[in-house]
This record gives sequence, C-alpha cells and structure tokens, in this order.
Amino acid sequence: MRKVAVIAIGYTKVKEHWGLSIRDLFTEAAIMALNEVTIDRVDALYVGNMSSGYCQHQEHLGALMADYIGLKSPPAVKIEAAGASGGMALREGFQAVASGLHDFVIVGGVEKMSDVLTPDITYAMAMAADQEYEAFIGVTFAALNAMIKRAYQHKFGVSDELMATLPVHCHDMASKNPYAQYPFKITVEQVLSSPFVAEPLRLLECSSPADGAAILILCPLEKAKEFTDTPIEIVGVGAATDAIALYQRDDLTTFKATIEAANIAYKMAHIKPEEVDVAEIHDSFSVTGVISLEDLGFFEKGTAAKAISEGEIAPGGKIAVNTFGGLKARGHPIGATGVYQAVEIVKQLRGEAGKNQVDNAEIGLTQNIGGVGGTVTVHIFRRVR
Amino acid sequence: MSVPRYWREIPSRYRLIGSKCVNCGKTYFPPRRVCRECGSVSLEEVKLSEQGRIITWATVYDPPRGFEKYVPYIVAIVELDDGTRIMTQITDCEPDEIHVGTRVYAVFRKIREEGESGIIYYGYKFKPLK
Repeated sequence: MRKVAVIAIGYTKVKEHWGLSIRDLFTEAAIMALNEVTIDRVDALYVGNMSSGYCQHQEHLGALMADYIGLKSPPAVKIEAAGASGGMALREGFQAVASGLHDFVIVGGVEKMSDVLTPDITYAMAMAADQEYEAFIGVTFAALNAMIKRAYQHKFGVSDELMATLPVHCHDMASKNPYAQYPFKITVEQVLSSPFVAEPLRLLECSSPADGAAILILCPLEKAKEFTDTPIEIVGVGAATDAIALYQRDDLTTFKATIEAANIAYKMAHIKPEEVDVAEIHDSFSVTGVISLEDLGFFEKGTAAKAISEGEIAPGGKIAVNTFGGLKARGHPIGATGVYQAVEIVKQLRGEAGKNQVDNAEIGLTQNIGGVGGTVTVHIFRRVR
Repeated sequence: MSVPRYWREIPSRYRLIGSKCVNCGKTYFPPRRVCRECGSVSLEEVKLSEQGRIITWATVYDPPRGFEKYVPYIVAIVELDDGTRIMTQITDCEPDEIHVGTRVYAVFRKIREEGESGIIYYGYKFKPLK
C-alpha cells in the first residue's frame, strides 16, 4: 500500500448561502484547492453528500460536480453515509491513491440545506435513522440524541451544567474562526435557558442546518513534495458500522463503531490516543461530542464533561479539540462535515491555523459520525518532516 | 407512502410480530432473516410481549413534516418483558408522569394521516400502567 498525503485544501464559509446553489458551493471550494497546487490532471472525484436528493431533487452529484469544476471526464461518484458521508468520501479517496489505482484524487463534501424549510430539514435528517420503525412514529434525529443524553446522564450522573460546557467551548473556538457559522461566544447560562428541541436537549446543545463545501486534494506521499512544502500524511484510517436503529443497541452511552474505527486507525498509525495533539470530533449534539471524547480514548467513561469544564480540551490542555468550533459553531453542513474536519487538521499541522493554532501540532485526528453511530470514520494525520 | 409499503409492515405495527433465533434465542423487532448475534438463518416468527419498561425517552418539540399537530409528544425506547427493545410513542400521559423504568403496555393508535385523501397510518403506542 502506498503512503498518501493531502496537498491542497479548499472550503467555503459555513452559513446559509442564499445566493449560491449546491454546484456553486462545491465549485467555490474546489477553485480554492486547485489554486493551491499546479497539477495537470485529476484521476478521480469523490463527493460526500447526504441530502441532495431530498433538498435539491438532484442526484448524480459525481458527474455534475466533475463537469462544473472543469475536470476532463474522470470517474466521479457521490458517497452517502448520512453525517459520515464526508469521512467515507475521504476513505474512498485514500483507498484509491493507496492502492495505486489513482495518483491525483479530489475528495469533496457538500451540503445545501437552506433550499428547504425547517420541517423538511428535520425530515431529511431523520432519513439517517430507521425509516420504518423510528421515523415512522415521529422520532426526530434530535429526539434520538436526546434519548442518548438522558441515558448518559442517568448512568453517570453528569449535570446539565457540565453537559453545556462542550457547546460553550466550541463557540469560544469559533469566535476566532472567520469561516464559522456562529463566530461568537456563548455562556453555560445561555445554553441552559435556550428552549428544548427535544427534551432533554436544548437548542444551544444542537448543531443547526447549514450550507458549505470543503475539498482535499490527495496524491502519493512520494510525489507530494513536488507540489507543496507542507504535505500532510494520512497515517491511519478506520471505519466501522453498527445498527442504525438506536433501539437495537444494548448500550446507549457509547458508540461501538467509534471504538472500533478508532482502534483500527490507532493501530495503523502506530500511536496511542494520548499522542494526538489536536482532534476534530463529531459534536452534532453536546452528548454526542462528550461520548466521542470518551470512545476515542481521550477520557474515561463518564468524565469527559468534567474534563472540558477544567479546560482539558482547550489549546494548552490535555488535547486540543474542535479548534475551529466543531459542528456546533463552525457549523454542520452534513455531508461536508467530515471533509471540513480534515481541512482543519491540515491547517493545524501546516501551522496555518491563525489565532486557533495549537503549538507544535504534529498528530491530528478526525472522527465523523453518521446517524447516531451507524457509521463512524476515524482518520489520523501527521506532519511530514 | 405507497399502499404496499404501508401494508407489508402491518403484522409488526398492528400486532407486534417479531422473530426469534431458533439457535441462540435472541429476539428481534421487526423480524429479521439473519441473526446478528450468532449468524443463524433459522429464525421463527413470534408475537412479542405487550408490556415492558421505559429505558429512555425524549419529548419532541421540533417535529418532522406530518407530525406538527401532535407537538409536544413523547418518544421512548421500551424494553419488552421478553427482552426485545422497541421504539415507540408514549401516549395518554404527561412527560412528568414517566421516568426510567416506568412500566408501560401496548395500545393501538393512529400514528398520523397523509393529507386529506392519503393513507391513515395506524400502529402501536405504549401507555403507562397505572
């Protein structure tokens, strides 16, 4: 298997882009990435996206985006795995380059949610759950995560105040991020006084609908230095699946697929969790992020929220997490999120993270969840010396 | 939703029909052809218990399309007395009347209707045992 590096990144601001279509968003991010490097061909394109079929009535995104970003008829395909579409697209791109099938691959993620109304977005999100036995009875995606939150707090006795510390942290980070959806700080009191979306989850504990696109260009590590002085190697890839129906899980306080995906990625990268300098984790809801910090091996079960309140995931703490605001505050354009996470780790490892830079960041990790843990990808990145 | 798609799920939604692995005894709702515990393909249809207890629940304030007029409503994971877990609405009570462990039993209810002339969806909900 060949070693694989990221040689270019591109992205749009995350927000409601009323003036831009889904193809405009993807093209804007792709132009930014293609301006970073001079390559004479692209061998394949992978597009992470969840809901274009429902929100735009547009499928066949692979060929559409290849055409609009000016590629010369490469193989191109949309990759869909709910919220983990971006992470799975990255995995596909990695496999194509590592295997030797392709040299230059574009991995993108895009989501355009503001084309439909809120009840339709809620409906689209519930498509990540079991349609016939969860969505059929009116269960929303937020309600599934609210059930997880109740089970988690019931088991570990973690207070509402402590659960609120993750969104507060993410907004702190986003306040210094120019492309974040919500670049401002919030307080624990504001979280606890915001209305319920699905009790016990409050509005400020939930990521919200967004539009955005992010791009990575990959090539073999051995060629990467010809195109950039700061290639970032992908040293570990892990992915796993689980029952997509929450009620068919025995333990609601852990995502088994995260543990499995992380173990595979750590083993491949020959590292332990404590060696990770910076991580972008999937905090679609407060509890989802808290559980992920534990499942990834950064904190013991039941202790992550307390660790957050003690500054352990801020730059300078035990591990810097969601340094651009995470899903909560950078924003969560569903199928693009896994690619945004990778873009952010690349910025950190290149030393281009601006006011959010983590000193001497060498190893970074992304964790991207589809549904309530039905699919999880974990990628590990390393600065090339 | 097409009529066949609705109609083919009626045994499970109206009568709690699940399946049980002949090899290891694990039960499933809805029925499966392959046991995910032991890999056996010998599963038989079973009628599941109509009583159980609440494992966790949430109250929906922000509904998907089609459920707007029911807000707020309670959704829960219930573990039936035979050990099978099921996702359900909890009906005929207020959120402050339930807790983790509350005993509930199955009732037959309207789930929602599809506009003026579409299908009326029916199925199980669960209600607290008083």
